[in-house]
This record gives sequence, C-alpha cells and structure tokens, in this order.
Amino acid sequence: MPDTIHCKVLVVGGGPGGYVAAIRAGQLGLDTVLVEADRLGGTCLIRGCIPSKAIIHRAAQFETMAHAAKNAVPGIVLAAPPALDMGALVNWKDGIVKKLNTGVAALLKRAKVRVIEGWAVFSDAKTCKVETKEGARLIEAEHVILATGSKPVELPFLPFDGSGGGKVISSIEALDLKTLPKKLVVVGAGYIGLELGIAFRKLGAEVTIVEALDRILPLYDAELVAPVTKWLKQNSVTVHLSAKAKGLDGGALAVETADGKTLKLDADNILVTVGRTPNTEGWGLENMAVDMAGRFVKVDERCATAMKNVWAVGDLTGEPMLEHKAATQGEMVAEVIAGHKRRFAPASIPAVCFTEPEIVSAGLLPEEAAKHGEILTASFPFLANGRALSMDAGEGFVRVIARKDDHRILGIQAVGTHVSELSAEFAHALEMGAVLEDIAGTIHVHPTLSEAFHEAALRALGHAIHI
Amino acid sequence: MGRYVFKLPDVGEGTAEAEIVAWHVKVGDVIEEDQNLVDVMTDKATVEMTSPVSGKVVTLHGEPGEMAPVGSALVELEVEGAGNVKNNGHAAPAPKVEAKTEVPATPASKPVAEKSVTPGKPTQPSSQRPAFATRAPGEKPLASPAVRQRAHDLGIELQFVPGTGPAGRISHADLDAFVASGGQSMVLRAGPQLREGVEEVKVIGLRRKIAEKMQDSKRRIPHYAYVDEVDMTELEELRAHLNATRREGQPKLSVLPFIMRALAKVLPHYPQINARFDDEAGVVHRHAAIHIGIATQTANGLIVPVVRHAEALDIWQSAAEVARVAAAARDNKAAKDELTGSTITITSLGALGGLVTTPVINHPEVAIIGPNTILERPVVRGGQIVVRKMMNLSSSFDHRVVDGYDAAEFIQKIKSLLEHPAMLFMD
Repeated sequence: MPDTIHCKVLVVGGGPGGYVAAIRAGQLGLDTVLVEADRLGGTCLIRGCIPSKAIIHRAAQFETMAHAAKNAVPGIVLAAPPALDMGALVNWKDGIVKKLNTGVAALLKRAKVRVIEGWAVFSDAKTCKVETKEGARLIEAEHVILATGSKPVELPFLPFDGSGGGKVISSIEALDLKTLPKKLVVVGAGYIGLELGIAFRKLGAEVTIVEALDRILPLYDAELVAPVTKWLKQNSVTVHLSAKAKGLDGGALAVETADGKTLKLDADNILVTVGRTPNTEGWGLENMAVDMAGRFVKVDERCATAMKNVWAVGDLTGEPMLEHKAATQGEMVAEVIAGHKRRFAPASIPAVCFTEPEIVSAGLLPEEAAKHGEILTASFPFLANGRALSMDAGEGFVRVIARKDDHRILGIQAVGTHVSELSAEFAHALEMGAVLEDIAGTIHVHPTLSEAFHEAALRALGHAIHI
Repeated sequence: MGRYVFKLPDVGEGTAEAEIVAWHVKVGDVIEEDQNLVDVMTDKATVEMTSPVSGKVVTLHGEPGEMAPVGSALVELEVEGAGNVKNNGHAAPAPKVEAKTEVPATPASKPVAEKSVTPGKPTQPSSQRPAFATRAPGEKPLASPAVRQRAHDLGIELQFVPGTGPAGRISHADLDAFVASGGQSMVLRAGPQLREGVEEVKVIGLRRKIAEKMQDSKRRIPHYAYVDEVDMTELEELRAHLNATRREGQPKLSVLPFIMRALAKVLPHYPQINARFDDEAGVVHRHAAIHIGIATQTANGLIVPVVRHAEALDIWQSAAEVARVAAAARDNKAAKDELTGSTITITSLGALGGLVTTPVINHPEVAIIGPNTILERPVVRGGQIVVRKMMNLSSSFDHRVVDGYDAAEFIQKIKSLLEHPAMLFMD
C-alpha cells in the first residue's frame, strides 16, 4: 500500500489557476496539497505568456536596431546590422522563466502548501494516485480543485513533430527554437500565431500566415485589427485568408487558397496555432462524475462542478483561456472552500494581443453593444497624442462605447504600441460602473497614452479638445 | 412673428365636444404644416388634427382624457408673419380633418385583459426612498466590485437595490439605505419578491368608451343568461375535412362561420332576437338583415367590427369576411359602417373560451352568443360512456324584450344545427 496523504484541499495543476488557488487556500489556513507533473507555473509562466513576451520584447529591440542600421531611426547610427544569437536569447528567456518558477515555489512554501511532483490519476472524485520519484502516493482530499489547463490543438494532417526534430511545431517549441527559421509558416491567425509570427518577422524570419477564416484576429472588429494588418503588409508578411492548410508535401506546406488553387509554401518551421483544447484526458476525469459542457468541465458561477466539493478553474472550464481569468477563479474557489461567499461575476474579462501594434479589449465591441440598445461610439487617434508621437507610436486609437441614454460605458478598446498597459484602466472603469462623465472628469497625466482614453470619452460627449 | 391659435374645429355630425386622446407635439416643438398635432375622439371617431401652418408650439391646452368644446383653443403656435390673433382675431382657416376611422367600441363582452391606453406613471412608493433609476428586467445593475461583493455577502440581489449614482450606479450608501429600509425582505435566491408602487392609469379614449358602453349595457339591460352544451364531434369532423381539402385562396375555417351559418338559418324564426331595442323611444327594431358583430381584441382594447348581411354569405365567405373585418379592426383601418349597425353579436375567446361565460349584450342589441372551448369529454350515449367533442354555448338576452322560453328554444335550434351540421347546408 502506498502512503496515503489526507488533506483538506487538493489542487491538480500548478499553473496560474492552480497555484493561486493553493496559495490562497494556504493563506486561509486550509491544509493544501498541490500536484504538478511539470515545473510550477503552468502554460503561462513556462511556455506561454511570459516567455513569449520576453521574445517579443527582444524582437522589438532587434527590429529597432536593424532599422537603425538602415538609417531609419533618426539620431541613432549603427555601422552594421545587429546579429542575432538565438541561443542566447532563449537562454535569457529561460532565466526569466526560472526566476518566476522559483518564485512560485517560494510563495507556495510560504503559504504552507505541500507540493507533490508527479502525475495524478483519479480513481474517484476525491482520491488520486500520484507516481512520484519517491514512489506512489495516494491522496484523499475533502475538496479537489481541478486546474489542469489546456494544450495546443494539433491538426490531424499536420501532427506536431518539432520535439522529434521535425518542422511542425506548436507555440511551446516555437519559444525554444535554437535557431531562427529562415522561413516560417504560421497556420492560424489568432492572437498566439500573430504574436509569434510578428516577433519572428522582427527577428528576421520570412513569415507567411495561413488562416482558414476570411480575417485575422476574428474575435475583434475590422477597425481594431486594421493597424495590425497594415503592419503585416508593410513588413512583407504574406497573409493567405480563407486558405486551408492541407498537410506536408515534400517538406513544404500544401495550402488550398480561397480560389481553390493549391499552393506549396516552403518552410523551415510550420507553427500551428489553431487554438487550444482543455487537458481532460489521462488523469481519471471520467471517474469523477462531473458534468461536461462540450470539451470543457461544466462549472457554475462559484466554479463548482456537478460533483460535490470538486471545483474546476481556468482553461479547463472554457473560454476565454486567459491567465487572469484562471487566477481570479483560483483565488475565489479557495475562498469559497474556506466558507466565504463568492462568485465569479466580473464586469469584463479584458484581453490583450501583443501583436504589432498591441490590441486591448475590455467589455463589449460596438457590434455587440448595439444589440442591447442605442450606443455612443467615439475613438481618439494616437496621431493626436503627444506621448505616442514621441515614441514613434502614432498608429492606432482608443475607442469607447457607451450607452446613449445614461452614458454608462459598455466597452473600451485600443490598438497601438504599449496599449496593453491601458488595459487596467479600461477594466477598472468597467468594474466600477463608470459613465463617460467619470472618465471625462478624471485627470489623466500628460504626456501619456492614457490621455487618449480621456479624449475618447470627451469625444463621445461631444467636446473633445485635441481633435 | 405672430401668434396663431389652433381651435378645435367642428369635426362634423353635430358634435359639440371631443376628447383629447394623445398629443403628438409638445411645447417648444417646431412643426411643419400638415404635421399631426393631436388625436381627438368624438362619439363617432378618432380624428387626427393636423396643423394648417408651420411654426413653433407655444402652448397646449388640455390633457389627454379631457374634453375640449368645439371652437376652444387647442394649440398656440408662434408663426412667421402675422398669425391669426393679433391682427384681426379671425378664426383659423379650416384645418384638415382626417378621420382615422377608429370608431369607438361597441363592446360586446367583458374585455379579456385590461390594457392601459396610455402608460401610466408610477406614483411615489409609500415609504421614503431616494429617487432612483429603475432597472429594466435583465439589465445589469451598475456597482463597483466592493459593493457587489458586500451585497452578495448580505444575500442581496443588486437588481432590486435602488442606485442613486450616475446611470443608476449603486454605492455603499445605497446599499446601506436598502438594508436600513428593511430591504432584506427582498433577499435574493428564493421566495417571492416584495413590490411597491401604484400605477395610475387614466381611463381615456377607447378605454373610456368601452367602460361607458359596458356600464350602459349592464345598467339598462336585465341580462338573462342561458348555457347549454353542444356535441361538436360531427361538426369538427366536417370542419377538419373542409380545411384539409379547401382550395387555394379559401380561408381556414374556425367554428365561428358555422355558428354564423346557424344564426343565419335560425334568426328569421326569432325576429325578436335579431333586433335593436331603442328603450328610450320604447321601440324594438326587428331587422330583416343579419349583421353580426364579432367581438375582437385589439392592442387598444375591445372593438366589435360587423359582418354585414351574414344571411347572404356562404361558409367560406363568412370566414373570409370575419378575417377581413377583424384584421381591419386590429390594424385600425375599419371603415365606419364596418364598426356599426350590428343586430346580434358573437363573442368567442377561441382557445381561452373557458367553460361558461356571461357575455354583456352589445347595447342596443338584445342578444349575444358566446361559444366556449371545445373539449373532449366523456358523455353517455345509449348506455355507453363515449368520448365526444363537447362545447358549451353561452348566451345572454335582453329579458325585457326576449322571453326566457323563446331564448331557450332559439339556443336549442342553434344546438340542433351544430350537432347535425349537414342541416346547415340544407334549405
């Protein structure tokens, strides 16, 4: 008989949903165990948000220097174009990941969470077996928090073979490439594919994007996406819309284009980013008697599953698959287990695309908002914002959507360099139930990009100053 | 700039006054010539008053529901030029009068549902509460995360909490006030919710006409109610067959045209029932023609359009005519002679027919027929319990001029025809 561990709370998965739940449970004095087979931090920290942002940041610096070498950055003269050391770049990125990974371990320790390294397999809803280096362990818990996350979707005719030396890779391998692909084909023009595709373009790769739908970033409206489309065009990134990847054909990617022709795209790497799917297999979910909602585990507004005292958070529970949603749910579930009265009912789950330029969206898009009644929509261009111009960032705008009758703000979007940092004010405005007059009546620091939000609100009220 | 006074013109047929039903302009509006100013209602019709001049509305005289005498000032306008007041004081040029052909109801039975003619304003709730923006059902209440969490902890659904902030935003203070006012009785999750407030609905326009007619009928006429059951099995079979085999362009048959046929066949033998009683003159007008009023629920209330000369219509024509006049009434497009002159009325609630009704006679008629719901019921036939499609036929008669015996016999004849539907089609 393996050793049996009894605990109040068992968290399965050490990503942002799981580790935040575990830390909060620990803070609340609950006896908590977290099981993770890989390193702590999950997709976000180890093979998603953080590593990709590191590479995106370096790629932007590299691009600036490359421009400088072509005398395209007034004031900076570089005698020779910059050289890329992909290995060093990836090592630097790994260093950041390691720092954060260690940080998470320390936080868990401080919260008195027991971390068990291994793969948990459930035999019933409250019991699992974990194979660890020290042998098998049985864990019996009063509460179970499922936070197993998601993984990239694989196309059956284009299986991932990057880890075995092949050229078809997912976002995971893309962040660990030791050499820059000379030619990169990205299948899927969602935010992951575009973020990485754009970064690799900045690092010097020839990038081609293949998208089955008739537009890139289909979650957003055309106006918001236009600056990204413009950048792709200006930087010679070919985008094939309404085109279907068909599979490998002698090392090239066969693509059926919108007009029915077959293209062969040469590629050193083919990056497949066609979405993510929840990790629901291989750990005994079927033995837990929870209800499903399609591919996802079905939860209510407290993240409770159909099985008593089994909870689920994050990507496992559905779209949007975002770190901040998972972490919020994880924190909440720990409090619910501790007896607090909580529910997951945010005014918005804002989202950011770290494309060039960046896109941020909180609340409703104009088309969605218009379904609920008459709206006011106003945008303010960064071309009229001093701070943006001083950063070579005149592209893009901030847009605000409000109800016409009472001016309550329904949605806020922006596209432009560094606008991801505006997401906090947008989300805050929505959570606080701001009306246009609230934003108009808030002093926004000059010179900052945030002034564009202030001006957009003024413009919606009919009296913008700087346009 | 001059002043132009628009006076209520003589809207015809010797009316001395008209009721203001709805204003279409408000003070400050700049209006064009021919723009609709106000709807007024006389005993005969609702009439749209259009402006003979362009100008700016300065004053409106009268509220909806008030009576305005012919010749009294309705609207004062500020106009280019001299106007019609300062200089000569002459009356305005005759305004254009367009009859909307919405003739007041000649109600025949109790209205199915009370529908207000104009949306009323809620009066102040009895307890002292701050003014607040009310929320439509399903509309998200605005509140900060801290307020939302506190309400959730308290077990209060913010949907029911008045918010005093911009756009009805709920503050901590609003939540405190709600709790202090005993709002906890409105606690979320389970159980019925407490509501307050009284809505005042002015009884004006068509609703007032309906009310007057109903009161008149009930006060004047000693109603005699009679109900019997009718075996509709054979008629329903025939009706289903006719509907299944009807030609293109033929209307779908309800029970109504069959009853109309039955009336057309039986009424000639009961002239005292197909009649209008002028009780002030003490004269019963027995009509040779059979004009059947069809009680019709419209968005504004009960209206009774008339199918004229039902005696000369076959079953398909009857069905088509009912559909036509009812649609005209619902769309407010019925002509005046399609809304007056009925000699007897049918009031059918269709699927809502119920077991029994006691219809109110459409004064000055003397009888009204109200078929109820057709239901499969166990009945005894030759010592066996069998399932038959049964329908009650309710009716009311003016007992002053129709004797109970005659009324009963009349209904029995109708019943006999409906139970042997072939008879409807034989001379």
